[in-house]
Amino acid sequence: MKEFICINCPLGCHLVVDDSDKNNIIVTGNTCPRGKTYGINEILNPKRMVTSSVCVLNGENNVVSVKTKEAIPKGLIFDSLEILKNIKVNAPVHIGDVIVKNVLNTNVDIIATRNVERI
Amino acid sequence: MENYNLVIIGGGPAGLAAAISAYDKGEKNILILERENKLGGILNQCIHNGFGLHTFNEELTGPEYAYRFIEEVEKRHIKYMLNTTVINLSKDKEIRALSEDGLLIIKAKAIILACGCRERPRGGINIAGSRCAGIYSAGTAQKLVNIDGFMPGKEVVILGSGDIGLIMARRMVFEGAKVKAVVELLPYSSGLNRNIVQCLNDFNIPLLFSHTVVEIKGKDRVESVIIAEVDERLNPKMDTCEEIKCDTLLLSVGLLPENELARGADVNISRITRGAVVDDSLMTSIDGVFECGNVLHVHDLVDYVSEEAKEAGIKAYEYINSKAKKVYPKTEIETDSLVRYTVPELIINNEDYNPLTIKLRVSNVFKKVRLEVKADDEVIFSKARPVVAPGEMEKIDLKEDQVKKLRSSKHILVYLKKVE
Repeated sequence: MKEFICINCPLGCHLVVDDSDKNNIIVTGNTCPRGKTYGINEILNPKRMVTSSVCVLNGENNVVSVKTKEAIPKGLIFDSLEILKNIKVNAPVHIGDVIVKNVLNTNVDIIATRNVERI
Repeated sequence: MENYNLVIIGGGPAGLAAAISAYDKGEKNILILERENKLGGILNQCIHNGFGLHTFNEELTGPEYAYRFIEEVEKRHIKYMLNTTVINLSKDKEIRALSEDGLLIIKAKAIILACGCRERPRGGINIAGSRCAGIYSAGTAQKLVNIDGFMPGKEVVILGSGDIGLIMARRMVFEGAKVKAVVELLPYSSGLNRNIVQCLNDFNIPLLFSHTVVEIKGKDRVESVIIAEVDERLNPKMDTCEEIKCDTLLLSVGLLPENELARGADVNISRITRGAVVDDSLMTSIDGVFECGNVLHVHDLVDYVSEEAKEAGIKAYEYINSKAKKVYPKTEIETDSLVRYTVPELIINNEDYNPLTIKLRVSNVFKKVRLEVKADDEVIFSKARPVVAPGEMEKIDLKEDQVKKLRSSKHILVYLKKVE
């Protein structure tokens, strides 16, 4: 039995997850299906969205904010940040522009979440 | 002097949503005034995800959420002015603003104040110690990191566990800093549970409840802070003092509606919310001046800000276009001591029986309660709540028949009833 707080939405449901049988994980305390998926994933493969920023050259701002398009395995957060640290993009950058394709072979792209125009 | 039907002060989430809804109702003569160099307000620096679940049914970052609304404003060609700071608002709805072109004087038929809120500074909580560099409000640090690309420090202590504090703890870790502790005065966090999990627990950042910072040490730069446990009356127990070495202290100790303009025009301000006292059309004590968003009361979610602002836009449109401006009496909503405030505070005694929402915050954490509304002596609304907390805004959604009773009663009471 493990206890989690669901992070899918601001409700923050208190989940109790019975993982004695890895093939039949039972989630209770959730109020929606996303809570069930979250509870199972927290046991098998916890994932997080990563939001950060990368340097911009010739832009109206020094940095542009970015996010992983979907959640990536929790263990890869700092490896993905290490990649972002060394990236410099040229302005202009627009919302949705791919900054890193298929980061760490997760099949998830890192995209820009803000517009930074060239100056 | 320029003339507009509707002037909206503030181009953040509230101002944008209000402009769009007023426009869609039929008001085309709108001007938005924004002091920053971009529309979007504080959302532009909130680069984390979690916005828009209610509005768009997907999880966006702050700038993405703002951009959805900016695009809608652009599509409608609603006029806006950037780098324009309103410096004065008068009772007869005349606005003075400073822009790149100098002083502007604008006369409006209706005004929506959507100026948002600002952070409580160090002076607002009286921390003793030296006035060295390295003390920031969490939002200032957020702007430095996320917009300007500067790191405010390397070893960080955060005072206050509101959402901005929690979000900034993770953000500082992501950028290579060490967050030594998040210190919270109260025995519970005013931030969302999900943020405690994904911003603190994920990175093993300690969260100390019932603790506070009693002294800041350092000559030119912060060198350490002294923290202490507090008793039930929130007074520090000085025998529990402990020193934490750090070079940066971030303060996330509350948000205050930014009502200087409203005060200058003698708008009636609530001592509890520090926003204007409004009726259920979101109109302040000045005829034709409306408030919405965080300038009215601090919201938990931007989605709720957008919702409220949409309503303000519609009401402003109706005000501008109503021919006979009949003044109705208003009934004040009373509360018991368990309910800290309601928005609106006044109910208009007219014949508009459209559904109505009363928002409120409770004064403490209570379990097993019912949220009830009494109109004269009749209980017209009752809803069971397993747990309520000050950090979460509660909503009372009233249907037509309930609104009808509300509007015709002399006494309205909103209260919590404990259930055994």
